[in-house]
Amino acid sequence: MYTFSSKLKTFSFVLMLIGALGIGYGFLSAPKTIQDVETILAAESHGHEGAHNAHAVEKHDAKAKAEHEEHLTHVLHQLENKPWAALYVACIFFMLISLGALAFYAIQQVAQAGWSPVLFRVMQGVTSYLLPGSIIFFVILLLSGMHFNHLFVWMKEGVTEVGNPNYDHLIAGKSGYLNFPFWIVRAGLFLLVWNLYRYYSRKNCLAQDESTDNSFYKKNFKLSAAFLVFFIVSESIMSWDWIMSVDPHWFSTLFGWYVFASFFVSGITTISMVTLYLKSNGYLENVNSSHIHDLSKFMFGISVFWTYLWFSQFMLIWYSNIPEEVTYFKTRIEQFNLPFFGAVVMNFIFPFLVLINTDFKRITWIIVMAGIVILFGHYVDFFNMIMPATVGNQWFIGIPEISSILFFFGLFIFTVFNALTKAPLTPKRNPFIEESKHFHY
Amino acid sequence: MSNKVIHAIYNDDDVLMDAVKQTKKAHYHIEEVFTPFPVHGLDKAMGIPPTRLAICAFIYGCIGLTVATTMMNYIMIEDWPQDIGGKPSFAYYQNMPAFVPVMFEMTVFFAAHLMVITFYLRSRLWPFKQAENPDVRTTDDHFLMEVAVSNNEDELVKFFEKTGAVEVKVVDKH
Repeated sequence: MYTFSSKLKTFSFVLMLIGALGIGYGFLSAPKTIQDVETILAAESHGHEGAHNAHAVEKHDAKAKAEHEEHLTHVLHQLENKPWAALYVACIFFMLISLGALAFYAIQQVAQAGWSPVLFRVMQGVTSYLLPGSIIFFVILLLSGMHFNHLFVWMKEGVTEVGNPNYDHLIAGKSGYLNFPFWIVRAGLFLLVWNLYRYYSRKNCLAQDESTDNSFYKKNFKLSAAFLVFFIVSESIMSWDWIMSVDPHWFSTLFGWYVFASFFVSGITTISMVTLYLKSNGYLENVNSSHIHDLSKFMFGISVFWTYLWFSQFMLIWYSNIPEEVTYFKTRIEQFNLPFFGAVVMNFIFPFLVLINTDFKRITWIIVMAGIVILFGHYVDFFNMIMPATVGNQWFIGIPEISSILFFFGLFIFTVFNALTKAPLTPKRNPFIEESKHFHY
Repeated sequence: MSNKVIHAIYNDDDVLMDAVKQTKKAHYHIEEVFTPFPVHGLDKAMGIPPTRLAICAFIYGCIGLTVATTMMNYIMIEDWPQDIGGKPSFAYYQNMPAFVPVMFEMTVFFAAHLMVITFYLRSRLWPFKQAENPDVRTTDDHFLMEVAVSNNEDELVKFFEKTGAVEVKVVDKH
């Protein structure tokens, strides 16, 4: 049995506390009026050319003034969105890590994999964050629907109403699918089914330990197969609903796969890092270097898979050059140049070069280093998906963003390691447990 | 000088694996093992050093990438600049995304083909080559271990009969 060390527990509470304070600061310091925005912009342009601002004020022309005010209102909305978007990105990222681990776990069950049963409890530990993660996430979705924030422009009032100044023809055409009631019902359903699978699969896995036959194992097999079918459909829809719809005019047909690859590799990396942590503390005596090697191979392989999808999505849209599609990448290359290309370096080039070597896939510090870079890289990837449409050129990785990461990271550590203490770390009566213990690559 | 070897024949890969481990433990010199299909972990049990083919593959891939880059740069940028999707094409890096599929394919092409050729050369396989396996049954359902004899013929025969071999014979190798 694993015992949650008090040091780690304190660490997770400290993270949550600092995170919560920072998130609060982010909300309190967000500008409330366009006057605030004007001071912020003036401070920013101080020392620069300051062209836009000074120019508009000098003219004293009525039209320019109206334009200037419109610009300020726009920036105000972006800055009001900023703490929300920071919270949203970190929240969805950590929730999807546990979902990715859950998908990986379900695949192991369905494939009847012989190598992985010694890691099942670790995987279940990582997926235990799904419940708190999805509750917080659902609350944020509800708050968005109640207009506490403006992350989703298609929720704005009058968007679908002909004659309204907010009317948007394209969104109106999609409103049969993209409307708040249907959207929130879908979200609730997906989160509920994923959590139900996680709950029953864990329950069966524990019951199998005390059982006299393999009936619970077989039950888990069927349950996992059904879950995977549901998952791959719901995952696509969730990526359109929760991520792609912040840019409601834009669409990409492989977006679901792209998001999946991103959180799948993050989930596997997290499993690998939790395994290494437990191993370094003297637990998981049955996990040998071959298990670690296999996890690293998955980290390497799915990183390459992510790159394949990232590039496929980018190249087709970039060279087909259709204005309403290519604007998505224009914004990212012009305003998000560093995070956009930085994500490729962190998610592809670095893990590719470091993990390509067979021997390196077994060395703890190299895996941990590659894992940290991969996890940061995929956070930046989600950042790139959400921020351009919600915050625009006002983006910055500052106190609200870092605090949100810290808060959810603390909560993640607390939930995961707390769940690990609840059951023995080796499943006793899994039919493949002997094969798994002797797994040798 | 007579060059005698023992041929121990097995009909199961698990028995063979155990026999190989016992032989290594008894410090007899295994010259070669012939199997009808790749036996997982046999190379490690025989104590053969790990293959360096992966290093070759990496080098070949780098060559392929270089060839593709040079080729595309000459064709699409220097010799006859092409407008792809209205994107700038004055320098290689500006139009690089369009060339990534070619760069990728050439990397894979070079790595795969040169690796196969290297593998054949290293395994001494070429067209019209006579098969080296001493017993035709090793292409069907039997496994053969060849062990060098150095004035311990009887001892070896007894040893291999105990390891579960279905047949043990002493052969003069020319």
